[in-house]
Amino acid sequence: MYTKAYMVPNPMTPNQAIFIDEKLCTGCNTCVNVCRTDVLLPNPEQGKSPVVMYPDECWFGGCCVEHCPVPGAIRMEHPLNQRIGWLRKETGEYFRIGMKNPPPPNNRPPAGN
Amino acid sequence: MVSVNLNKAADWPYPVAYGKENEIEADILILGGGVAGCHAAISAAKRGAKVVVVDKGAVIRSGGGGAGVDHWHGACTNPCSKLTPEEMVELALYGDYRLNWEFGNGITSYILFKESYDALLDVERWGIKVRDVDDEFKGAEFRDDKTRLMFAYDYDARHCIRVVGGSGIKVAMYEEMKRLGVQIFDFIMATSLLTESGKQGSRVIGATGLNIRTGEFYIFKAGATIITTGPATGLWIFSTELIGAATSHGDPNNSGEGTAMAWQAGAELTMMEKVSPMPVSGGFAYPMYGTGNAHNTWYACTMVDAHGKEIPWVDRDGNILNTVAARYHDAPGQKAFFNGPNLPYELKSPSLIPDLPERIMKGEYVLPLYADLPSMPELERRAIWGIMIPNEGKCKIIYHTYQHAGFDPDKDMLQTNVMPPDRYFFYPYWNSMGPRQWREGSGGGGLFFDWDLKTSLEGLYVAGTATWAGGNHAGSASTGRYAARKAVAYVQNIKEAQVNRAQVDKEKERVYAPVTRKDGIGWKELRAGLARIMQDYCGEYKNEETLTMGLRWLNSIRESEASRAYARNPHELARTLECFTRLTVGEIVMNASLNRKASSKALGLNRLDYPAIDPPEWKKLITMRLENGDIKVGERPVDYQLQSPNASTYEGNYRRHCSL
Repeated sequence: MYTKAYMVPNPMTPNQAIFIDEKLCTGCNTCVNVCRTDVLLPNPEQGKSPVVMYPDECWFGGCCVEHCPVPGAIRMEHPLNQRIGWLRKETGEYFRIGMKNPPPPNNRPPAGN
Repeated sequence: MVSVNLNKAADWPYPVAYGKENEIEADILILGGGVAGCHAAISAAKRGAKVVVVDKGAVIRSGGGGAGVDHWHGACTNPCSKLTPEEMVELALYGDYRLNWEFGNGITSYILFKESYDALLDVERWGIKVRDVDDEFKGAEFRDDKTRLMFAYDYDARHCIRVVGGSGIKVAMYEEMKRLGVQIFDFIMATSLLTESGKQGSRVIGATGLNIRTGEFYIFKAGATIITTGPATGLWIFSTELIGAATSHGDPNNSGEGTAMAWQAGAELTMMEKVSPMPVSGGFAYPMYGTGNAHNTWYACTMVDAHGKEIPWVDRDGNILNTVAARYHDAPGQKAFFNGPNLPYELKSPSLIPDLPERIMKGEYVLPLYADLPSMPELERRAIWGIMIPNEGKCKIIYHTYQHAGFDPDKDMLQTNVMPPDRYFFYPYWNSMGPRQWREGSGGGGLFFDWDLKTSLEGLYVAGTATWAGGNHAGSASTGRYAARKAVAYVQNIKEAQVNRAQVDKEKERVYAPVTRKDGIGWKELRAGLARIMQDYCGEYKNEETLTMGLRWLNSIRESEASRAYARNPHELARTLECFTRLTVGEIVMNASLNRKASSKALGLNRLDYPAIDPPEWKKLITMRLENGDIKVGERPVDYQLQSPNASTYEGNYRRHCSL
């Protein structure tokens, strides 16, 4: 339990558009500079992970993920109120993005890759 | 989590220099570095011009088509096409106001049909995989074995090409521009046009800009200026709380700067009263193409109900189609079909049964519905999920996130969002709920232009969705390269003009006003307030009184709240200026709606005080422009493209003007 409390504004909605893995991120700021809506800001401390400053302005284009030079360092998720599910035809199982115990990833690349 | 302490305000990470001036000169200045802007830049640079591209975002990915495109429209000069540009333009212009769906008016339509395939070949030369070179789709009905081109929708007419590597197009264009020495200005928002002697209506000689990271000011001086910015999106709804900027509107960078600054400079606009006759982007939207669907990028996926019962497909006459293959073919005697709702009979595509809402109400089909990808023939399934989804704008991330979460198109049926039954009449299901945006992206009004893609102002050209009734990726590509040729030809014989200092100073005063205040109204509340005025007074139904009241409100907001708007950093400053732009665009739309004293189906205009739909005397373009600050209203025939002084045929005009 955190015992220290702060007087701060409420979290924004959505507030979890982009997740950066600080252990993998090299702080190169590629994502900052390809983002078409300038959602990210460089960390004031050089070499550290960018700050997701304006998640409420994210267009969910995914360019930050696509251009990141480190696989897995950044991930984008559509907000919770924009997630849909799917039905596995043979088994009748229902899955969705963000569920607990999801099925294994499908690694098939798009055509032409 | 990020390691910066967000519990207290940190210093802005970029060096702030409000008002610091940067002067840049170019032969060709392109405002908007999206698809049209990049094709224009490359076309002009290849002709030896000194080119500058200015964009509010990062040009490597900016623009409505920045994240990609899956299908290339209007490519009817490809070797497999069954239609000529002449046949296509007649089909596309079928019906009232020559505004059918995305093909727009005669000039941009014809340029699209003549140059779309050439533009695609350019894209291929810049390194994008266009064809099925890996033979992954060998044997598919939509593939031509000789050229390895693959077609979407209509497998008979073959005018629309699937692009295997479409998500990489902007990156490839960015590299090509750098190779050609185009000067790219990322994160610079154009704020106004500069005119000779600073006068409204005179020659355009450049533009001003604001760096949205540092707050620096830019003065671009140019021989010719091409506006390729997108039209204002999100004018009727604004709520980042509800769904983020993600799905309630199109490209969030499109706040209508091009339209507003051309208007202030005195350029003629037309069709600004047009809104979508179909609802677009409801307030409860899901990611585009991100829920089970049967049309557009998902064409022609089988849909089933909650119990696996298939929803039938019908031809344009309502006859049940018994095979999946039949969904991709013309009806007997039909020349071609286009994909989209509300098309005239001649162009109507096969579709899901049109009375699906009633049948859901009666209990014949049970919600939720699903897109039954596993039941589709293997190559069609792979085409939808393996080519179309990962390449269409903003969809590559859907492909990856859904697959990462385990989605497998060979096994899984993607659910369609659950809505009231009546909403299933309109098939981009992902955006069918909530209050409506009445116009988004392409197909609306914009800058009036001639066969040179020149606006009513000397030195000002237009391409992409900034054209009235412009739209789609291939259309932006085609008009971009064409406008650049005309602009380059124009600058060969022009006289040097001086930037008017008073005009610059006045613009700087306007631009920086919000950073002189510490409190007042923030940009988000201001923008939501403007959207409310548009929704109430210029929404689905309008009359003289509501529109006049709406204009009174907008003007009052301009005098009061907007003049008290504050910005605490360059980012907020840019967003605040966008609100001012939206206010101007809102006024233009309301005035244009007042000017047309008639209702119109094609224009989506419901005037309660003029209920007769499309009376023949109103079958004309209404234009408007500013002269000494006053609105001048005019009119043009809907077929001005083929009237004197223009030639009487599309081909004749194209040959006379195309500069090839």
